[in-house]
Amino acid sequence: MPQNEVIQGLDLDDYKFGFVTDSEPVFRTRPGLDSDIVRQISARKDEPEWMLKRRLKALDIYESKPMPDWGGDLSELEDTLSETYFYVKPQEKMERSWDDVPENIKQTFERLGIPEAERKILAGVGAQYDSEMVYHSLKEEWESKGVIFDSIEDGLKNHPELFRKHFGTVIPAADNKFAALNSAVWSGGSFVYIPPGVHLETPLQAYFRVNQERLGQFERTLIIAGEGSRAHYIEGCTAPVYSSDSFHSGVIEIVVGRDAFFRYTTIQNWSTNMYNLVTQRALVQQGGHMEWLDGNLGSKLTMKYPSCYLMGEGAHGEILSIAYAGDGQHQDTGGKVIHVAPNTSSSIVSKSISKGTGRASYRGLCKVYDGASNAKSNVECDALLINETSRTDTFPYIEIDERSASVGHEATVSKVGDEQLFYLMSRGMDEAEAMALIVRGFIEPIAKELPLEYAVELNRLIELEMEGSVG
Amino acid sequence: MNQPEGQMDDSPILSISGLTARVAGEPIDILKGVDLAVRPGETHAIMGPNGSGKSTLAKVLAGHPGYEVTGGSVAFRGQDLLEMEPDERAQTGVFMAFQYPVEIPGVSIANFLRTALQARLADGEELDLFDFQELLVERMELLDMDPAFAERHVNEGFSGGEKKRNEILQMAVLKPTLAVMDETDSGLDIDALKIVAHGVNTLKKEMPGMSVLLITHYQRILDHIAPDAVHVMVGGAIVQSGGPEVALELEAQGYEEYRAVTAG
Ligand SMILES: Nc1ncnc2c1ncn2[C@@H]1O[C@H](COP(=O)(O)OP(=O)(O)OP(=O)(O)O)[C@@H](O)[C@H]1O
Ligand SMILES: [Mg+2]
Repeated sequence: MPQNEVIQGLDLDDYKFGFVTDSEPVFRTRPGLDSDIVRQISARKDEPEWMLKRRLKALDIYESKPMPDWGGDLSELEDTLSETYFYVKPQEKMERSWDDVPENIKQTFERLGIPEAERKILAGVGAQYDSEMVYHSLKEEWESKGVIFDSIEDGLKNHPELFRKHFGTVIPAADNKFAALNSAVWSGGSFVYIPPGVHLETPLQAYFRVNQERLGQFERTLIIAGEGSRAHYIEGCTAPVYSSDSFHSGVIEIVVGRDAFFRYTTIQNWSTNMYNLVTQRALVQQGGHMEWLDGNLGSKLTMKYPSCYLMGEGAHGEILSIAYAGDGQHQDTGGKVIHVAPNTSSSIVSKSISKGTGRASYRGLCKVYDGASNAKSNVECDALLINETSRTDTFPYIEIDERSASVGHEATVSKVGDEQLFYLMSRGMDEAEAMALIVRGFIEPIAKELPLEYAVELNRLIELEMEGSVG
Repeated sequence: MNQPEGQMDDSPILSISGLTARVAGEPIDILKGVDLAVRPGETHAIMGPNGSGKSTLAKVLAGHPGYEVTGGSVAFRGQDLLEMEPDERAQTGVFMAFQYPVEIPGVSIANFLRTALQARLADGEELDLFDFQELLVERMELLDMDPAFAERHVNEGFSGGEKKRNEILQMAVLKPTLAVMDETDSGLDIDALKIVAHGVNTLKKEMPGMSVLLITHYQRILDHIAPDAVHVMVGGAIVQSGGPEVALELEAQGYEEYRAVTAG
């Protein structure tokens, strides 16, 4: 079967979000990073002294930590970073109405379908353009119930105590090199507070757009879900296709209160010149329930392992992830679950698709501390290989210090079978359609967890990838 | 041979001549010169011992990439079938009900059939989902299937009989001009056999021009779907052709006689 024909021509041309917007930033730091740049960022944000000190300390930590020698190939990253703009301010102030957002930036988000989704299905929207949020809005209904959904900068300004109590407690700067980097130069991201007992019926969404060439985007998100609350937060990201590499390194900290339910969904579809190194972690209190739904489609290299620290009795953590690695891409993704308290439970389901020379790795950790009696964890990772040249590997780490824990791990690797392709083609589908249907079926257990609009979008993206045509 | 009612054109819709084929890359032919002509609206049964090449013939007709045609020709509606990709063959009206259909995890029957029908439309044309739903429900009723079954993933965890019925459901939705049914009767209980046969007969009534190649080991399906011709395939070739009586003789005597012929 002429599989190669389908595979060829499948590269950056398919990426329909690769357009560039002609916009002038109001300020940007010179390329590269030093303490002076950190001071400039902090000054621009008019920050309290304690934050500047934290940033500078984090910069020291960043500089003292070596580049990770595991995961993906980071050998060219040092060079990339020396050319990177660490802070590009898109407009003077953040707006609460799309009408006040500069026309070209607004149009960018319209092309990405954000205002429309906001009208249809969302409780609130934040839109980040380069280094800062340009728009943030929460429906009145939720605002009146005490929900806070703001840019991270406004969170610090308007809710200093709540902010300071939690900021950096879930992911300290010293956690890893990129958490330290983010802690030094963070800019943009959301501050979310769901008061106890409030159930948000529709999702909040933050959308991250990189427009500036050679930008480093370092959004920082802090979410506090009060006791018994329920909410769903969705994050999407895209960038233009440039010849030079860009860098995105977010930190997302979530505190899930007692008996609260929180779901964080990511649909990452960066262009394939993007390094995407993200740290996301949730601390889950007694009886709380945290779900990470993680879709990684784009980027050159993604290293991302959402984690749940199950701190209180009966806490539950779930990580569902889909990774798609096309030609030349490396998705090094997975999840971590840390059982600290008794009767905690967790599950990781990871599905990856590798195509062409793409490589998808699963990297996961399940740790059960002594005293976390009757902890239960189950890990399932399934890889689908489209071509002979596609690659997958699994790195499951399991550390158990508790006798009564039960931990299961299952991994499968399958190839798109010739018999499956023939079966579908014998029903009239061409090879690309058949391939897309098989892939859609493969990710169905995760796609069905997404809100319908996003599941449709995900399926459409995959179809596009399989077709090799411009959408 | 009977001339089916309402059939004006007497030239074959399918003519296979001197067809030889092997597993790609293997040195020996499995099909060793198959000749067969089927006219519009006719039903032909193909019988023959295990391993004689019946499924191979079916798969070669459908365009399975694992087989290599080494000689002969196949014309379907005047076109060279062997030149076409499997999806093109399907789109010109060839359908094969598989002897061993594969699982497509995560893909519901409804989604599968919707995609298959959409694939037949011209670029830019959208399948009417309301019409599709109506057709699907009606076809499932015809085959006495629970509509909820449409949400099951294709062949995943299906019983043998459910798989076969699902093949016929696909056939009933896709409405082929040539249906190749590879041992659809094997694995069906007596009631299911009647239901499937009724389904096929209903389709034949709806589409008088539809031809059927029915591969089977047993006379009993032929009690329900009357063949116009019965062929016996042994050792990769058709060694005898005749009317329905051939099947009855086989049922009584087995293949002993033919084995002697091909050995000699
Ligand atoms: N892919 C294959 N690889 C190896 N051998 C094959 C393959 N396909 C068919 N054969 C061989 O070709 C011969 C014919 O097989 P085929 O499946 O066509 O028989 P059949 O008549 O359908 O038998 P049955 O009645 O058991 O279904 C057998 O000897 C079989 O082992
Ligand atoms: Mg067979």
